[in-house]
Amino acid sequence: MSSAEANLTNETSPAPGALLEARGLAKHFGKIQVLKGISLNIASGEFLTLLGESGSGKTTLLRLVAGFEQPTAGEIWMGGERLDTLPPYKRQVNTVFQHYALFPHLSVRENVAYGLRVKKTAAREIGGRVDEALRLVKMQDFATARPTKLSGGQQQRVALARALVNRPQLLLLDEPLSALDANLRKQMQSELKALQREIGITFLFVTHDQEEAMALSDRIALLRDGNLEQVASPREIYSHPATAYTAQFIGQTNLLRGEIHRSIITCGNLRWPVEDGDGPAIFSLRPEAIRLCTDGKRQTHEVKFRGAVRQQIYSGASELLEVDCGGGQLLRVRLPASGPITGEHEFVFSLPDAIRVKE
Amino acid sequence: MYSRAYKAFVSLPPLVWVGLFLLLPYALMFAHSFWAVREGVVVHDWNLQNFKTLYSNPVYFAVLLRTMRIAASVTLCSLLLGYPLAYYLSFHAGARKELLYQLVIVPLWVSYLVRGYAWKTILGSEGVLNGFLQYLHLTHEPVAFLLYSPFAVVLMLTHIYTPFVFLPIYASLEHIPRPLVEASQDLGAGSTQTFFRVILPLSIPGLLAGATFAFVLSLGDFLAPLLVGGASGTMIANVVQSLFGAAFDWPLGAAIAVCILIITISLLFLSERAEKRWSFK
Repeated sequence: MSSAEANLTNETSPAPGALLEARGLAKHFGKIQVLKGISLNIASGEFLTLLGESGSGKTTLLRLVAGFEQPTAGEIWMGGERLDTLPPYKRQVNTVFQHYALFPHLSVRENVAYGLRVKKTAAREIGGRVDEALRLVKMQDFATARPTKLSGGQQQRVALARALVNRPQLLLLDEPLSALDANLRKQMQSELKALQREIGITFLFVTHDQEEAMALSDRIALLRDGNLEQVASPREIYSHPATAYTAQFIGQTNLLRGEIHRSIITCGNLRWPVEDGDGPAIFSLRPEAIRLCTDGKRQTHEVKFRGAVRQQIYSGASELLEVDCGGGQLLRVRLPASGPITGEHEFVFSLPDAIRVKE
Repeated sequence: MYSRAYKAFVSLPPLVWVGLFLLLPYALMFAHSFWAVREGVVVHDWNLQNFKTLYSNPVYFAVLLRTMRIAASVTLCSLLLGYPLAYYLSFHAGARKELLYQLVIVPLWVSYLVRGYAWKTILGSEGVLNGFLQYLHLTHEPVAFLLYSPFAVVLMLTHIYTPFVFLPIYASLEHIPRPLVEASQDLGAGSTQTFFRVILPLSIPGLLAGATFAFVLSLGDFLAPLLVGGASGTMIANVVQSLFGAAFDWPLGAAIAVCILIITISLLFLSERAEKRWSFK
């Protein structure tokens, strides 16, 4: 078993001290099965991202935790309490909605106070906590404004304050940044991360944007067609993807398909020694793991090959080459920006960088 | 850009229509209200006598008051029926929504007169309701107050105008983004709190529009009192009708009509301002 597989099983088995535990969650909408048995733990204080394409079931999973949908099968537990049988208004969970869902008939202050009001909190306490929440998201100057008069970023902050003022154990965020333009998005990402560190609340964050997931998360749970593909930290999931799908979804990669025969894998013109048994195999090799070979010396743990540069895409700090290494096999190679490269060259990559992945 | 001639050509027919069939009649009605009848002929003698008569004769005032009371009752009853119906359809009907919606709309296709006569059949002393009450031995002789009373008028008008109240309320409920309802529950509010804190405030424009429909349409109704109202259920429009008909006092009738028009226009104005106050765009 490769290290990636070991990691996958480790991450999905019950962990002691988990704040939220999903056990075998399944959800059908009519004949369509959106979730096919998800088991997942979220540790207290963790920033966990549900990442996936549209239709992967990430939003449905979030809505099951919030209580807006009922699971067809499985259970959700939070802090030793069964969560999935409670109505949404009895869960110690708050949500930041994709399009903020601020109440248009209430001012910013009334929006933030809403959760405390419906729980009949004392008026004096409401005032203090609302001020504190608005300060936290730097919106104290807009307390009397109507939400419809605010920009997207400002509405986003109010939505955050409205959820956080209730001091939930778990904050659910449903693609909260997707409606913002690119610059504001980057800014809100770092603010969100800083905020989460500051208040120490557990975040369950949904996004389809893998860069966003990498930038924010302690762990990423990658969903594919209603199944968990892999759950791991951003570094782990990038450097040791468990499956070909994960390797392609998170960042760019070269998928090398070949046959292992007597501990040697052959992929087109590339051959290198492996420890696995005979049979077909797929390896993921990141473009940046391939370098130009400058000296003739060959290390034992390296694979060298010749290839012709077919295309070069310049992107500032780096260059992406498309290299034909014979037999119709194209490899993407990312090099530090170093001027135009043409013709045939020697390339090299280290053996540990070729990661065996499952189909 | 369209030429000036083209613009004149396309806007002429509607302008002529509005002028001939709306502005001119109103102007005539307005003028009549300041004229008088002498020896069976309308004379163009400008004065305020008609309005003075209305003010000093308590009969007209009593009928106007009763009319407003009936209109208010109809408004209240159709709101009490229409709002819960619209709420149920919009939020809880699920797959039956379309069917139920059609069922609410269908009565609008049935002639007003047919529905009026239906109520006569139901409420009359030989009617369905009295027959049923006697069959159950709850009463021994026909209950007379059912038909030819303000009660019958309110009942019939409520039946007729409830769909008019339902429609704008339903439309405004349908426009409430569902994530707002989820946000409310997420923040700890149960269904009752969510209704009073989110759904009701956001449906006020529809509620006002519906209430205005019911009140204004009831205020000018003359068929319902004619069919089921009797003497005690006479409304202001019946007075206008008799003044223009049998009594041949067009100027006094026109004066009453002007009063109703002023009340109606003020109501529409107020309701529009209130609707603006409660819409959040």
